[in-house]
Amino acid sequence: MDLKPGSRWKSAVCDAELVVVRPPSAPGVLECGGQPVIAHSAERPAGQALAAAQDGAAAIGKRYADPTTGLEVLCAKPGKGALSLDGRPLELKEAKKLPASD
Amino acid sequence: MHTALLLEMIAGACPDRLALAGRAEGLTFAELELRARRGAAWLAAQGPGTIVFLGLNGPALPKAIFAAGRLGRPFAPLNYRLPDADLRKLLARTAPSVAIVDDDMLPRVAGVDGVALVTRSAFEAAARDPAHDAAEPEAADPDIAVLLFTSGTTGEPKAAVLRHENLASYVISTVEFMGAEEGEAALVSVPPYHIAGVSAVLTGVYGGRRTVHLPAFTPEAWVDAAAAEAITHAMLVPTMLGRVLDVLEARGQTLPALRALSYGGGRMPASVIERALQRLPHVDFVNAYGLTETSSTIAMLGPDDHRRAIGSTDPAVRARLGSVGRPLPSVEIEVRGPAGEAVGANVAGEVHVRGPQVAGEYLGRKLTDAEGWFATRDAGWLDADGYLFIEGRLDDVIVRGGENISPGEIEDVLRQHPAVADVAVVGAPDEQWGEAVAAFIVPRGEAPSAETLSAWVKARLRSTKTPEIWAFRPELPYNDTGKLLRRVLKAELTSRAAA
Repeated sequence: MDLKPGSRWKSAVCDAELVVVRPPSAPGVLECGGQPVIAHSAERPAGQALAAAQDGAAAIGKRYADPTTGLEVLCAKPGKGALSLDGRPLELKEAKKLPASD
Repeated sequence: MHTALLLEMIAGACPDRLALAGRAEGLTFAELELRARRGAAWLAAQGPGTIVFLGLNGPALPKAIFAAGRLGRPFAPLNYRLPDADLRKLLARTAPSVAIVDDDMLPRVAGVDGVALVTRSAFEAAARDPAHDAAEPEAADPDIAVLLFTSGTTGEPKAAVLRHENLASYVISTVEFMGAEEGEAALVSVPPYHIAGVSAVLTGVYGGRRTVHLPAFTPEAWVDAAAAEAITHAMLVPTMLGRVLDVLEARGQTLPALRALSYGGGRMPASVIERALQRLPHVDFVNAYGLTETSSTIAMLGPDDHRRAIGSTDPAVRARLGSVGRPLPSVEIEVRGPAGEAVGANVAGEVHVRGPQVAGEYLGRKLTDAEGWFATRDAGWLDADGYLFIEGRLDDVIVRGGENISPGEIEDVLRQHPAVADVAVVGAPDEQWGEAVAAFIVPRGEAPSAETLSAWVKARLRSTKTPEIWAFRPELPYNDTGKLLRRVLKAELTSRAAA
């Protein structure tokens, strides 16, 4: 899976959509709800659903990062699946709130 | 990441929130997205190339920006205030292109090779027309989002390139998605061809804040619109703020709905910001420093910094009002000396910046170095707490007998004199010293004498920084986005010296 900046992906098991903001320093598999994500243009496979209760979810407008490889993704559409890279849960990136400047 | 996604996200998350225009005739985010999509399909059929925008501010601007983004074509807003000949020359540089032109401006730009002209009203009509729903347009070169011609205060305008990744990085790292509360509204009065005019569209959309465009700035129209639309947020350039304050004071208005006012795009005179803080104590002020080449803001002085400074008698804390604040968390700023070495706190040099939002690129010319640093050509320094102070453009530094003299410092001192309304300091050709310091003064009331002002400067700065040439005039030359046209003053001095 080529997680290049700007590439768009979607969850195979929920409604979540993601865009890569910063690529990982080493190849890896981005997952949502425990399943590898699929290309944004691909059809969601039928019959797959979230297997287990999720620890977290993909919230729209939030950024998630993998500290090991530097991968950062932005959630463009919310979903019930939690995000991970090679099984490592991604961390919610808390951004400092800035005042409006333009 | 693509800027069109910013609109897609907000239209998905809060489709029914008002996105644009007045509360009466407003468009929702879902409607804006739909119109940008239709507009894109229609524009694709008008011809190839860049999408040019030539016209006043208004709801057509965000539609055109996002339509161009959907097509993967660069968006190039042009300065309609330029003389016709210059405007046509710039337009020719955008070919091949499709130009959306205000109906009444069309005759000014007819017949430029390689440019397909469409009227703003035709574009707006197409964006409303469901006939364009089906066509999903091309995404040819999804890379360049915006081409912005620099104001050309020092020469031919250059086409600054802003890529989707630069602008999107800026937006997602500085704005909280849907962070605006229902009912917030921003008034945009900087023109479409200014970086802040473009970035305001993108940040407004991503934050979920309604944007009201003022077609063209006058201080009276700004105050009227702010009051009528219960504006909560706005950005002004310093000259605009001064004129807005004049109107507020004359009318005794306070704009109770206003919460946040940011300013940037030029040096803010201390007297103006102090007046603003006193007149509008309920407003959060933000000084935003940025350049076209950096996708807008890279450093900001926040509301708390302003309040602390105005409330302090400590000169060092109070001086912060003259600072542009600290770098955004997503960028690095470094001040370098003449040999390119990083200098320490309180040492002046050239301001360098790097980060994902920094484009640092003109058409055909990448200016960032191998490590991604962009040299801003701004002179400045960082204080011990990391606050950045900008002295002005490096090109404006006066070199007198080998000494570098910053005009900004002398201007600040002169502006504090009660009889000085406005001032510009520039270098004049001088046989003995290379350059001499010249001051252009706009008097407040009766003109002070050159001797009085000389003594005023000498008492506060060194004698080498005291202007030797004095000129008094009713006003100074500014361009319409508030940039002082120093080259006009310098040319005057050069021709005077030659005569």
